[in-house]
Amino acid sequence: MSEAAGYAVKMHHVTKKFGKVAANNDVNLELKTGEILALLGENGSGKTTLMNMLSGIYFPDHGEIYVKGKAVTIRSPKDAFALGIGMIHQHFKLVEVLSAAENIVLGLDGKVTVNRKEINKKVAELAQRYGFEMDPAKKVYNMSVSEKQTVEILKVLYKGADILILDEPTAVLTPQETERLFAVLRNMKEDGKSIIIITHKLNEVLAISDRVAILRKGEYIGAVDTDKTDQAQLTEMMVGRPISLEIERPEVKRGEKRLQVIDLTCLNGDGVKALDNVSFEAYGGEILGIAGIAGSGQKELCETIAGLYPSIGGSVLYSGEHEGIPVQERILGLKPDEIVRKGISMAFVPEDRLGMGLVAGMDMTDNVMLRSYKSNKGLFVDRKTPREQAERLIDELEIVTPGVDTPVGRLSGGNVQKVLLGREIACQPSVLIVAYPVRGLDINSSYRIYDLMNEQKKKGVAVLFIGEDLDVLMQLSDRIMVMCGGKVSGIVDPREVTKEDIGLMMIHAGESSSDSEKEGVTA
Amino acid sequence: MLDTLNGLFIAAVLAGTPLLLGALGEILTEKSGNLNLGVEGMMFMGAITGLAGSYYYEQGVINAGGSPSGVLSAGIALLTSFIAGGLGALIYSFLTITLRANQNVTGLTLTIFGTGFGNFFGEYIGQKAGGYVAVTETTKKAFSGLNIPVLFDIPVVGPLFFQYNWLVYFAIIAAIVMAWFFNRTRVGLNLRAVGEDPATADAAGINITRYKYLATVIGGGICGIGGMYMSMVTTSGVWVHNCVSGYGWLAVALVIFATWSPARGMLVALIFGGLTIMRMYVNIPGLPAQIYDMFPYIATILVLVITSMRQSKEHAQPKSCGLNYFREER
Repeated sequence: MSEAAGYAVKMHHVTKKFGKVAANNDVNLELKTGEILALLGENGSGKTTLMNMLSGIYFPDHGEIYVKGKAVTIRSPKDAFALGIGMIHQHFKLVEVLSAAENIVLGLDGKVTVNRKEINKKVAELAQRYGFEMDPAKKVYNMSVSEKQTVEILKVLYKGADILILDEPTAVLTPQETERLFAVLRNMKEDGKSIIIITHKLNEVLAISDRVAILRKGEYIGAVDTDKTDQAQLTEMMVGRPISLEIERPEVKRGEKRLQVIDLTCLNGDGVKALDNVSFEAYGGEILGIAGIAGSGQKELCETIAGLYPSIGGSVLYSGEHEGIPVQERILGLKPDEIVRKGISMAFVPEDRLGMGLVAGMDMTDNVMLRSYKSNKGLFVDRKTPREQAERLIDELEIVTPGVDTPVGRLSGGNVQKVLLGREIACQPSVLIVAYPVRGLDINSSYRIYDLMNEQKKKGVAVLFIGEDLDVLMQLSDRIMVMCGGKVSGIVDPREVTKEDIGLMMIHAGESSSDSEKEGVTA
Repeated sequence: MLDTLNGLFIAAVLAGTPLLLGALGEILTEKSGNLNLGVEGMMFMGAITGLAGSYYYEQGVINAGGSPSGVLSAGIALLTSFIAGGLGALIYSFLTITLRANQNVTGLTLTIFGTGFGNFFGEYIGQKAGGYVAVTETTKKAFSGLNIPVLFDIPVVGPLFFQYNWLVYFAIIAAIVMAWFFNRTRVGLNLRAVGEDPATADAAGINITRYKYLATVIGGGICGIGGMYMSMVTTSGVWVHNCVSGYGWLAVALVIFATWSPARGMLVALIFGGLTIMRMYVNIPGLPAQIYDMFPYIATILVLVITSMRQSKEHAQPKSCGLNYFREER
């Protein structure tokens, strides 16, 4: 017992299955009192599932959980609160139409009526104690992302939690906001709280945590002290083998100019410029990486080029070939089907695979057909060709599926991406736009996707690759365009700059941009 | 002119009350995230069971040689109609909350079921009673105007506000209590959270299933009382075939018009009530009666157009309304 008292949480041999898939298999996790533990793992390694069992969202199939030395059964979030466990979810769990304070007292026991003045005061006091700034009466739908996160953290503190779980808290924050969050976390640690922070960003792990626990594919790999480890060791534990994260970058002679974007500008829903005078060129036989903090205009850029998003200015020029005849066309403002009709072969793999790219409820044949049925003549559609094509895709890309008749929504993320990318590549595009193609995929699928992109590059396709992992972008791309707040902060050669340089460009639309912008316009 | 207006106001209150009750029941239901389109059905069920409750109570007492009590008869009608509406809503709850059936389909089914239930038993009891079913004078009196002493004698205001049957005041009190419940109480706050964002409410330790069941069943019960008003007040305790017809749908439209606020519901019910009986008070020569009958429905369409154009987060339908909640969905 005395030994156990030093631990805020112990999870022993915990297993949780969804259907046949084990999200967690025989996992052990220990959190010492008053420490910050980083829970590290790739996407889909079961970090969130494990924590959801601690916070009462899921119930484990097997295993024991000890909190503060006592064996406990956590059947609901309420049980978790009672034990002092509070979880801050990655997707905020806040009711939009209620105020901050109302969200904080939600579900708590107390008097029949709610005294808004009193709770507002209490919340404001609590916020002050840990150095947050916030207005308790503000409605959540008026809040920024970091304000919402503040509400989430206050919510668990208000309930008196002394074991806090944060699920990827920095994913949505700017670097400055992240720094501020870390300062608050350190304050809380001083205050004697035990904290688990889920993340897959190694630099953050090293910056904030005392210890690191690693999960891989639902299995517990081990825990190490942060000051006795480094990125290489953590990566190896996370991925399972000492992988050189080297990605091949085949040398291909740069081909012709396929796409020229000049001063492209468009607005988002709030009337703010989502793209601000974006200019660049994409050439056949190269991969142009596009880097930037999430929401810097990448999505709008892809969609504007693909004809899905309205622009207010600028121009997009395409040059390529259609059945041997050179085609040059302004494509800005054209609808996707008009672009196709003009003989422009461009393919777009959107980040929202099952929302924009594929129809989840339809099988592979139908999804493949979506791209080609319009070229059918007559009243009826040809199902045979797409079916053969779907079967070919399964063979070539090693797609794991019961068959072409299975709805694509049932496939795993990696296989869904292969279906989508495979279908787009089968159209033999001369411009291929891929947005976050490896998001949510395991390492092996990711590398297959990189290979596919390289194959296209070798075929002379101009590939636009929007990515989030800088290391990957730098190894795969021939040039990298860095975006910041809708502007191009520069186009650089990844062989000549460091990751830090690009990181700086991602947060400052700085002077370095002027040269390359000029280059883009004059070329 | 003033007399006409006063008359119209009084008639509007009387015609608007069942709409208000139906709308209140539906507001409570929708606040829990359940879109129950079976209001019409539950009103039919309340209408026949309320009438049957009073009727059988009276017959029982008379057969035993006693004289029935009006208050008790009214109380029985209230209770049976509430239970019947609640049972209808319970079927809906079981299907949508426990079995996660589609809410729209289930609600429409409940409407069809309730309509048949009401008309079938209305005719059946009527046949057995020898032609038609009607309550005695005692019960009729219990559902007639109260003419509240002292207050009724206040000039102008008295007759306008203090001469109605008890169900009118019941509906108004219910609306006020419900407004207070949503805005001031902890349980009300939790219920709103359930309807807006059940996953969040769940994570906050609120028992979603219990809140949804209770709100939907009590809401259904209130709709049932609204139906009982139709058979006991509007048709004076006589079963009239299809007596609720259309009122349930108007109540659903009213919920939107009232932007899910019970307090605004009172005003809106008055307007709708006025529209349904306008032809008896405002006579436009040459305008066929059928056109008058269309007014409330035209108003409903207009309201739907206007509310759809307006984008407001707070005066809008609870966000999860119409969607079933399943915790471990991934």
